[in-house]
Parts: sequence; C-alpha cells; structure tokens
Amino acid sequence: MTIQILVFLILAAIAIGTAVGMLVSRNAIYAVLFLVSNFITVAVLYLLLGAPFISLAQVTVYAGAIMVLFLFVIMLLGGEKLPVAAGWGKQRWAIIGVAVVVLVEAGLLLVLKGDMSLMLIESAMDAGPASIGMTLFTKYALPFELTSVILLSALVGAIVLTKQDKP
Amino acid sequence: MVPLIYFIGLSAILFILGVVGVLIRRNAIVAFMSLELMFNAANLLFVSFASYYQSLNGQLFVFFVMIVAAAEVAVGLALMVAIFRSRNSIDIDQEHSLKG
Repeated sequence: MTIQILVFLILAAIAIGTAVGMLVSRNAIYAVLFLVSNFITVAVLYLLLGAPFISLAQVTVYAGAIMVLFLFVIMLLGGEKLPVAAGWGKQRWAIIGVAVVVLVEAGLLLVLKGDMSLMLIESAMDAGPASIGMTLFTKYALPFELTSVILLSALVGAIVLTKQDKP
Repeated sequence: MVPLIYFIGLSAILFILGVVGVLIRRNAIVAFMSLELMFNAANLLFVSFASYYQSLNGQLFVFFVMIVAAAEVAVGLALMVAIFRSRNSIDIDQEHSLKG
C-alpha cells in the first residue's frame, strides 16, 4: 500500500463522513458547515489528482462564494428551524428504488471486482493556471464567452425574482 | 498511484448520498445542498478521468460546470426567497400549488 492510497482512503473517509453528516444534521447551519468540509476535502483530492487550478477554484467558488450565499439565505429566512425529514410520505417508492439500485450496483461491483489494473499515473502534464488559461482562451474561447451570458442572465433573473412589488 | 476504480467508487457513493438527500430532506435549502453534492461527485469523476488520460479537457469541463452551478444557485436561492415571502415556509411538501 503506497502512501497515496493511504492518503486517498483517509480523504475518502472524511468526504463520505461529512456527506452523511450533512444529510442527518438537524440544523441547516450545521449542514452547510459539513458541506464546506466536504468540498475542501474534495479539493485536496483534486490536488492529489494533479489539478491545482481546479482545486483552488473549488475552494474559492464552492466552499467560499456559494456556501456563503447558502448561509446568508438560511439566516435571512430562519430556515434552520425547519423540521428534519419526518415521514417518508410520497417519496417512499423513490427511496426504495434508490436502495435497490445501490444494492444491485454494490453486488455487481463485488462480483465483477472492478478493473484494478487501471492505475492513475503520476501526473506529468502541466495543469497550472498558465496552461489552463491558454486552453481556455484558444480552444474554448466561444464557450468561455457564452458563460458571461449565463452569468448575466442569472444575475438579472435573481434580481427580478426577489424584487418587491411597489404598493 | 491509486487505482482509478477507487475514485469511481468514491464519486458513486457521493452521488448516491446526494440523491438520498434530495429524497429524504424536506427543507428545500438542504435538498438544494444535496444537489451541489451531486455536482461535486460528477466533477470528481471528470478530474479523475482527466488525470487518467492526461488531458486538460476534463479539467476545463469542471470549470464550466462550476460556472453553471453558481448561476443555478443564484437563481434557485432567489426563487426560495420569493416562495418564502409569499408562503412563509420553504417546506418542500407544502409546495404543491405551483399552477398559475
């Protein structure tokens, strides 16, 4: 067992643990904090995979901006006081379906044993900000410009949705 | 290094946890956060395969997924604020009167 596998197993345990913690925590604020730890753990996994730019973007965009937005809305609405899942209600069949799919997948994985020979190699490519930027502005220039339209429409949509009607 | 199947397994587990969260939580904001967990699992898979094939394209796709997720969160939370204002609740089970 190499050191990388050990690091991966520890990080995977933390990621799964924080995800489960998010699902079962009664207070929505704690759920946000669990999800932030999950995102930071996944960012460290990105570093392990040789993607430093994506890793730092994950920390700033997801763990920083998006989760602060969540915290802000929860505190604004007082959403932390809402009850945790009580009755299974109408979703009972959907939940049973998901459980069956998970069990079948786990069984298949145990039977087929997966293909353990596909190993991730030590990353040799340059994935720093310079090469990411070069690719982004040459090969992906059109999608990159289109994202500005997406962000603008989201901005306008958010303002229109939350605008108070003048009496 | 680490076998690729480990990363595939981890993202599958995270994705399933996200699906379970959407199904069992009645707080709309927590259901929304489970959605983010699913985005995250998909992104992890993209980066794993980008690393396996030694290609930058997977990492750039993650970049675009992040942008779309940010836009989606902004609109979704604005919708929740609007719903809360009119109904004083964001319990998912209460929202069955969306017909115009």
